[in-house]
Amino acid sequence: MPKDHGIGASSKRREDIRFLTGQGRYTDDINLHGQAYVHFLRSDVAHGRLHKVDTSAAEGMPGVIRIFTGKDFEGVGGLPCGWQVTDRHGNPMQEPPHPVLAQGKVRHVGDPIAAVVAETAAEARNAAEAIVLDIEELPAVVDMKKALRPDAPKVHDELTGNLCYDWGFVEENKAAVDEAFAKAAHVTTLELVNNRLAPNPMEPRVAVGDYNTGTDESTLYTTSQNPHVIRLLMGAFVLGIPEHKLRVVAPDVGGGFGTKIFHYAEEAFCTFAAKQIRRPVKWTSSRSEAFITDAHGRDHVTKIELALDAQNNFTAIRTETYANMGAYLSTFAPSVPTWLHGTLMAGNYRTPLIYVNVKAVFTNTVPVDAYRGAGRPEATFQLERLVDKAARELGVDPVALRRQNFITQFPYATPVAVEYDTGDYNATMDKLLEMIDRDGFEARAAKSKADGKLRGLGINCYIEACGIAPSALVGQLGARAGLYESATVRVNATGGIVVMTGSHSHGQGHETVLCAGGGRHDRRARGAGGNRAWRHRQHADGHGHLWLALHRGGRLGHGAGDREDHQQGQEDRGPSDGGLGRRYRAEGRQVHRRGHRQVGGLGRCHAGRLRAAQLSADRAGTGAGRDGLLRSQQLHLSRRRLCLRGGGGPRDRQGHDLLFCRGR
Amino acid sequence: MTQVTMTVNGKTVTRDVEGRTLLAEFLREGLRLTGTHIGCDTSQCGACVVHVNGNAIKSCTALAADLDGASVTTIEGMANPDGSLSVIQQAFQDHHGLQCGFCTPGMVMSAAALLKENPKPTEAEVRAYLEGNICRCTGYHNIVKAILAASGQDVGAIAAE
Repeated sequence: MPKDHGIGASSKRREDIRFLTGQGRYTDDINLHGQAYVHFLRSDVAHGRLHKVDTSAAEGMPGVIRIFTGKDFEGVGGLPCGWQVTDRHGNPMQEPPHPVLAQGKVRHVGDPIAAVVAETAAEARNAAEAIVLDIEELPAVVDMKKALRPDAPKVHDELTGNLCYDWGFVEENKAAVDEAFAKAAHVTTLELVNNRLAPNPMEPRVAVGDYNTGTDESTLYTTSQNPHVIRLLMGAFVLGIPEHKLRVVAPDVGGGFGTKIFHYAEEAFCTFAAKQIRRPVKWTSSRSEAFITDAHGRDHVTKIELALDAQNNFTAIRTETYANMGAYLSTFAPSVPTWLHGTLMAGNYRTPLIYVNVKAVFTNTVPVDAYRGAGRPEATFQLERLVDKAARELGVDPVALRRQNFITQFPYATPVAVEYDTGDYNATMDKLLEMIDRDGFEARAAKSKADGKLRGLGINCYIEACGIAPSALVGQLGARAGLYESATVRVNATGGIVVMTGSHSHGQGHETVLCAGGGRHDRRARGAGGNRAWRHRQHADGHGHLWLALHRGGRLGHGAGDREDHQQGQEDRGPSDGGLGRRYRAEGRQVHRRGHRQVGGLGRCHAGRLRAAQLSADRAGTGAGRDGLLRSQQLHLSRRRLCLRGGGGPRDRQGHDLLFCRGR
Repeated sequence: MTQVTMTVNGKTVTRDVEGRTLLAEFLREGLRLTGTHIGCDTSQCGACVVHVNGNAIKSCTALAADLDGASVTTIEGMANPDGSLSVIQQAFQDHHGLQCGFCTPGMVMSAAALLKENPKPTEAEVRAYLEGNICRCTGYHNIVKAILAASGQDVGAIAAE
């Protein structure tokens, strides 16, 4: 019987209301006071030596504030890769630098060469056209196998060649696998291309960088699936900004599909440039730019073989895959064809020996990274196509061949490092055949043929490993960032509940899901909907940070209405209980406006909330600021620095800032 | 600069615009009506659909300067006067016709235009009408269902598909 409330009940999505009424807050909807606009001049050749970037004419164009080139980033870190793969010989992958703006060479169409910051987007575009480039076009490599030839042009001159890594999994199994193939009664071989694609979320990427001169703090608003990863990578590896001085905010995000996981040059540029020119800097991608700057997906060329014994039992699988990395290593690119792909190669089958070989290759193409499933669909596609081909070659029913080789005993340890805890593949196959009326296929095919059409039938089994954990293990596999999760549940004194998770919603509906446990959520609960990496928090993870409030209507505590509501400037609910409460509320609202202005209309801004609490404490001295409701000072150790978080106690006259900074 | 006066969601507005200012930019930057989204710049995706003098158009390919005197309705003007969701908006929520929400304003505006000219469309007619609106999340099925439901038709059979 369906539930009608609480966890498990079917409920309408609360975020739909703002999306359906045009009140969503996407990154491009954010405009900050004094904002300038950047236009990137990008390479229109796939490979070229950059002899000169002459910006002299462009600098005199109307509205131009400053033009940046690779020279401005010589002392700045490059975009880091978040995963190191060790090759089959025990050596680390080749890892070329990835400058924010091109230095010396351009390596793919779309590689940014110069950035024009101007008063308006149109002026920035116009001025970019006046930049004179002297680029010596070089032979480009696009095909992976050609890129690995000894005489192939090198994408990165400083590397030994275009091979990023040659990975074997499990390397120790290779000899046994080869032996099984030598003894096989039948071998089926399949070669296929899993084509490259451009992910294209509906919302183009946007970045708005801001810098607060007074506090030396940077803020980046960005279209990200995981603002915490961006904060970590950009702060620690690119711009050298301590975590407590950097805030990354990802508000409503219009679809990600993987391509908004990664840290991009435009994010680092806007954050960097905002500090340089002391003004907010905004970039909005055009759709055309999205095709040549958003990380692409897939692009594998694979040969896969299946060895069978005389009874059609699978005895071994062997694969050789060429995986295109593009011109640079995007954030998680090396992990996709390796740990996210090789570990799925057993599929649903009891194959005792498996060897996966992956050669990752640099080419003069847009970088490739995780896209929808990332490596797992690539594994399933080749394996299931292979099984179908084997069935055709052997003249047996593809369903029967699958059933014969299904794993039926659990737990089952695959030869590719994964243990399956449970499953009943025959039951799902039974259900599938019933649902698709497989018995009726021949009649349908005959009818189609009579109508002059072709009809086919494909069967596909799929094992998915959604996400990877725990982070300690993933770190051992080469991950350098993220892939852990945390959450904070705060019960406010007046009964509101705030759930802060690392997981970010870009369409999935987290606000609704997380509110489901909140009891009378349908009437009272409301998502606060901000998603931000906050300097006081350590939510670095796979999918960012969702900030969410469940309001339970002031039935607890002082019955003074809901404090969160005031701080968010949303609505005034319930009477004050006078005295302290009223004073606090007034201050909260007043300071909220400060925060509001500073972040350009993010009405639900966490910054406003924090400052409300802090300033309330500052102003009130031993009065309202010492209200027990506010006295929850929290210290967070962040990169060996102590940060003061939240309100509590007068701090202006006693030098708490100094006190709390002593731990440096 | 050209001075234009429009009625936008029932309110008269007068602004100076550059000759190249697109209606989408005028709405988003000039009037801060950011519910109209720009997804493709090239009239393909439909996230920017608004109604001009009762007709659905893509606001990323209309010049604001051309629309002096026009009556414009955007997604911000689609809810009921009391602020509650209109029938079409409510149907989108009821049938999970949106996920990330970026294409949604354009979908709602196109749906409203369709139901105005064809109050009881068939499923095929709905799908054909949405040719100019791209959604990357939903696979369209629930959007079609929502529009049929908004037209008062039984969508039980579609739900079972």
